[in-house]
Amino acid sequence: MRHRAEPPAEAGPVRFAFDGRAVAARQGQSIAGALWDHGIVAWRTTRVGGRPRGAFCGMGVCFDCLVVVNGAPGQRACLVRVSEGDTVTSQEGHGRDGLGS
Amino acid sequence: MTGSAADGTRGSGGPAPGGYDLAVIGAGPTGLAAAVTAADSGLSVVLIDASERPGGQYFRHAAPGLAPRGNPVHHKRATFAALSARLAAHVRGGRITRLPRRHVWTAEESGPAAGPERWTLRHVPVDGAPAAPTPADGIRVTRARCLLLATGAYERQLPFPGWTLPGVVAAGGAQAILKDSGALPGRRIVVAGSGPLLLAVAVSLAEAGADIPVLAEAASYTGYAGRLGVLARNPAKAVEGARLAADLLRYRIRPRTRSAVVRAHGTDRVEAVTLATLDRDWRPVAGTEVRIACDALAVGHGLVPQLELAVALGCTLRTAPDGTPAVEADDQQRTDIAGLWAAGESTGIGGVELALLEGRSAALSVAAALHGSVRGRGPRAATARQRRFADLMASVHRPGAHWPQWVTQDTEICRCEEVTAHELRQAHELGARDARSAKLLTRAGMGWCQGRLCETAVTCLAAGGDGSAPLAPARRPLSCPVSLQDLAESAPASGPGPATTSGTPGTSGSPAL
Repeated sequence: MRHRAEPPAEAGPVRFAFDGRAVAARQGQSIAGALWDHGIVAWRTTRVGGRPRGAFCGMGVCFDCLVVVNGAPGQRACLVRVSEGDTVTSQEGHGRDGLGS
Repeated sequence: MTGSAADGTRGSGGPAPGGYDLAVIGAGPTGLAAAVTAADSGLSVVLIDASERPGGQYFRHAAPGLAPRGNPVHHKRATFAALSARLAAHVRGGRITRLPRRHVWTAEESGPAAGPERWTLRHVPVDGAPAAPTPADGIRVTRARCLLLATGAYERQLPFPGWTLPGVVAAGGAQAILKDSGALPGRRIVVAGSGPLLLAVAVSLAEAGADIPVLAEAASYTGYAGRLGVLARNPAKAVEGARLAADLLRYRIRPRTRSAVVRAHGTDRVEAVTLATLDRDWRPVAGTEVRIACDALAVGHGLVPQLELAVALGCTLRTAPDGTPAVEADDQQRTDIAGLWAAGESTGIGGVELALLEGRSAALSVAAALHGSVRGRGPRAATARQRRFADLMASVHRPGAHWPQWVTQDTEICRCEEVTAHELRQAHELGARDARSAKLLTRAGMGWCQGRLCETAVTCLAAGGDGSAPLAPARRPLSCPVSLQDLAESAPASGPGPATTSGTPGTSGSPAL
């Protein structure tokens, strides 16, 4: 028997914003899992080369999936669970440009 | 929150007021088996883990209410259900205190003045907010008489050009996010690397609806054939292998041995990979390259024991047959440091059966040390048999000497600091012969992951391109990133204190200090 992964359209009921766009997630999903469901695999750019990155190790070891959650940079998208109304934004470089450094 | 309030989170069953009998770091198969066995023996146990839910990576499972249709098989469901039920009963009965969502960043051995609580553990919360906040969330320090390291492992990666492209994910990482959130990184996923985990990952991804155009294994499974005796004495492993083989057939996944992904193609995400045949030393054979279209790649080359705390505490280590360092433990899982036990993958990659056995052995040994008597003894014959199988597996999948030949000069080796193979080869020319010297010259291994992702490759390139160079244990005095505030609030352990104390954000110290 062959299953198809559940399409995001039926997903609900959690809604959050990713880079200004409304995104649906299933209750209890990690941010990484919710973004994967929408075909999004990159949400960070590197400090030196400005290259796109997303989840890699999936267990909090590699820190490649860092993302800004409700204004807090440096959050691991594979560990943080989506909550209703979250604002998630891609992290550029070290994610602290707002500090003027 | 105060120390006494935190103290209230531990149960009434513990025989040692002011501290736990046993602290278990890690709530995977090893830690779970150990915690419930120790609690069965009457010990007070604190179980500290980075995840919200117990189970570690092997028993990782979706949140309650999140039941994706494409959810993978949860391996050994019955075993996990039984362990979970025993854990819940002991938590209710006050024998086990769970401290979830914590990274233990340092373990210190206290002086005699600290009383019977030899160990002081300092921990920080992991990212994000707890699903259901509890008073225990503020606890930053835990003390215990005995300590068990059940810290598990992370994946070994051998870099290739394009491995930093989005859509290229760790094999275990793809499985973790699938188990946890029911999500896939793509629709057409190449699985590649080395080790038995790849078989389980390919089946899980296929079960969830992904197409697996190829499963590339760098080693040759004929390595097992030379050791039929070890296989014959582990019939459960043969059954497990047969079940995986049947699953692979069902999803029409054909493992291709002596093959590796030597390049991932794409600009902003992976679009295809180049697969090549390898010789017995993992050197790509010219002219064998084929290009395979895909939108994701799940890749991994076995596991590396997670040893930060063991290294910091000065445990004697050994080099396992797969070239990774592991804690040297005796047949009761005792390390050479008094009061310190280690079990499961931290003592050498061995799989879930061995982890469960060793966790139980460790707990019985702790109970014997504290109480002088135990109910039953560890299953030593079964453990030894499993360990022999683990050693066979480790030797079959040890990376071959010539895999660095697929590493081009512009291949990024250190993902965090974006250091290329060219820079590392230059460092070798300048005299760097080990990962530490290479790090000082290039910054490779100095980023967020502290070298966990690149340490194998940096070691091999610093050794002049010897792909089978054994991995030296990395010294990471802080086992995870720690905020300056948490550092400022810590101080050397002194004097007896409550079993657990909380850090107090915005103030200069915690009540224990």
